Amino acid sequence: MSIFSRLRRSLSSPSQADDGAGAGISIDYALNIRGESPAKLTLQRVFEQSRQVVRNNKDATTPPEAPARPTTKGRPRLLLMGQRRSGKSSISSVVFHKLPPNETLFLESTARIQKDSMASFMDFQVWDFPGQIDIFENPNYDMDAIFGEIGALIWVIDAQDDYLEAVTRLNTTILHLQRSYPNINIEVFIHKVDGLSDDYKLDIQRDITIRIQDELSDHGFENAPVTFHLTSIYNHSIFEAFSKVIQKLIPQLGTLEAMLTNLCRTCRFEKAYLFDVLSKIYIATDSAAADMASYEICSDYIDVIIDITEVYGSWPRSDAQRRRIEGEPWNAKVDDQVACPWAESCMVLHDAGRPIMLREVDRYLALVAIMKEDSYDRMPLVNMNVEAVVQGLTEFFDITKPRK
Amino acid sequence: MADAGSYGDGTSNLPLAETKNEVKKPKKKKVLLMGKSGSGKSSMRSIIFSNYIARDTRRLGATIDIDLSHVKFLGNLTLNLWDCGGQEAFMENYLSQQRVHVFSNVGVLIYVFDIESRDVDRDLATYVSILSALLQYSPQARIYILIHKMDLVAPSLREAVYDERVRIVRQKTVEYANSIGYSAADQGAGAADPSGSVVLLEPLSASATTGGSGSSGSGSGVGAAAAATSASTPSSPLEITPFATSIWDQSLYKAWASIIHDLVPNLAAIERNLANLGVAIEAEELLLFERTSFLAVSSWTSEEGQRNPTEDRLERISNIMKHFKQSISRFTGTPRNAEQFVRMEHKAGSRFNLFILKFTTNTYLMVVLPPGEARFNAAMLNCQIAIEHFKFLDGPVTTAAPAHGVGG
Repeated sequence: MSIFSRLRRSLSSPSQADDGAGAGISIDYALNIRGESPAKLTLQRVFEQSRQVVRNNKDATTPPEAPARPTTKGRPRLLLMGQRRSGKSSISSVVFHKLPPNETLFLESTARIQKDSMASFMDFQVWDFPGQIDIFENPNYDMDAIFGEIGALIWVIDAQDDYLEAVTRLNTTILHLQRSYPNINIEVFIHKVDGLSDDYKLDIQRDITIRIQDELSDHGFENAPVTFHLTSIYNHSIFEAFSKVIQKLIPQLGTLEAMLTNLCRTCRFEKAYLFDVLSKIYIATDSAAADMASYEICSDYIDVIIDITEVYGSWPRSDAQRRRIEGEPWNAKVDDQVACPWAESCMVLHDAGRPIMLREVDRYLALVAIMKEDSYDRMPLVNMNVEAVVQGLTEFFDITKPRK
Repeated sequence: MADAGSYGDGTSNLPLAETKNEVKKPKKKKVLLMGKSGSGKSSMRSIIFSNYIARDTRRLGATIDIDLSHVKFLGNLTLNLWDCGGQEAFMENYLSQQRVHVFSNVGVLIYVFDIESRDVDRDLATYVSILSALLQYSPQARIYILIHKMDLVAPSLREAVYDERVRIVRQKTVEYANSIGYSAADQGAGAADPSGSVVLLEPLSASATTGGSGSSGSGSGVGAAAAATSASTPSSPLEITPFATSIWDQSLYKAWASIIHDLVPNLAAIERNLANLGVAIEAEELLLFERTSFLAVSSWTSEEGQRNPTEDRLERISNIMKHFKQSISRFTGTPRNAEQFVRMEHKAGSRFNLFILKFTTNTYLMVVLPPGEARFNAAMLNCQIAIEHFKFLDGPVTTAAPAHGVGG
């Protein structure tokens, strides 16, 4: 069983839900049909650890609380917050539900906290907050329940709107969080920058950065974990930003990167990405400077493979056919005729003969790389090296799996 | 490539006599793209032949007068595409001053109807006048009707709306044909001057092309032959071929692929060769794509492959690859119409294997195979060897081309 066959099932589910549900999309990807991914388990462990830290902090001040609440399934949580109409629901629909960007126009405004569970390589929750509610002023919200086990807080700012109020609210939020939950990553998405010129984008980013850092240092917080991203749902920037957000939640990222860097050096790849196929988020890349163009082409290549597999790989072949291909002159079981049980693909570009290669790692992950010109001839060797790295990755996820 | 040659083959069983009578230099057959202003003619043309993506067509302005383009297809089939601006003033002009210029020597008329049009009657009236001009100057032309912008109709209603519109257009066509006493039989039986000699020549040329009669213009050829043998054939109505299309999905590729498919001259030879190749390499399916448009020109499917439940896979693959070609062009900075990739291979574990190979100069071959490493590599080598046998797709057309096909 491979990702590309499963993927179809999960990708088709949002559209069905769209038909029925109408307002707001809340899809719980069928968790029970999936196995547990090692990487996901790793992530859970990280998350448990960070929760432990939070609890220890609390232990110092308050009496020990009851053991972990049963409601928490130990998933890292991404909180999407920001002013109303800043694009939070659009972001989560585009990234996690594969909604075409131009259809986000029709999304209704979110009235209450929208919780989505994403079953992917890392099994996380996305909470979409309605912008009109200020949770810090409303005592009905249980802060611990919301921020207690968070992975990252994503604050969305509409760059095409007046952002001063958004920045003020963000500042209050950061100050609140810094006091009680200091190890939450705060990711600021300066959003809707597609229509803006490059200069203007950078100006806005600089302005917002300064405003927030000034405010923080006024209150005595230096080096708060606040990061800024320029994003838009109309290009790949939103996926890239999410990739960076999620990479921060993987503690052994360094090891993964080292493996990929090593592979790139040995096989003379230009760039290699380890993708989460379902969300198109890359969880690691080699140390060469990441550029948007190579990310886009790799991500689009995954789409091609998914689509082609949907056309030709989604129907069972007849027994007669099986007998035919196992019979003369091959005389071997199909499984013995196949070199690699996972999907393996490559495309040679006409431009300088650069191949793009893709290799499935497990159900959720795929390795996609852009190779140097004219290296198609060495493809068998490359495949061997990639196989070694894939084994390494599998072992890595196995080792980092939490022990009971 | 030689114009004369392409004419001779592209329209192989069309009248030698006509060229004699008309004294003019032989011309490539025209493909007229007509329809009301704003119905989406230029959009579809740029998507199919210039690799625009659907979004980009918003940038297109109105077509002024006629946009001529020559699209080279498979080397020996050159489409002489006339994209006719649809504003009423232009339409009137085509029908009056430019009537002969526009409507003579037409191979194919593609008439686009906008499903959202508010004034259907008026559209139909224009269509009928175009039809009358067409029948006057190029009675053998094939007519394709595209009911366009189907994406604007709610999915549940699409089929009904489409059927209804096609019914109206058919009815109008038939009414008009009857009113002028048109029928396929009449057309053969010598209403026009040159067709007398056509009737004599027809059976000969039909047998010369091995009865495959896959050549363009075969409709009229068969009609004429039938008329010659039995003049009593009941008058068959004017044939139109309708398609529902939208630039936002693959339906457009389906329509155009079948139009092109009908125009490819040595189709029978191509298909026979593909089938031989397919059987030899144990493939499930072979698709032959044209290079720039990535339309599936021809295909062969094994018995097993025919069990594939995805009916629209040809146009879906066209769609997928066209989109990815866009991505490559963004990545490499090469022009959209340039050749973007040389080969692609995909091995999906023990489910299927697939490769797309740069085949002849103007084509790509896609091969779907059962799993198995050895089979895959053997097939790849065999396809490269087979390129030799498909070279005739590209070469300037000589009389050798059909002969090669016949020889197998």
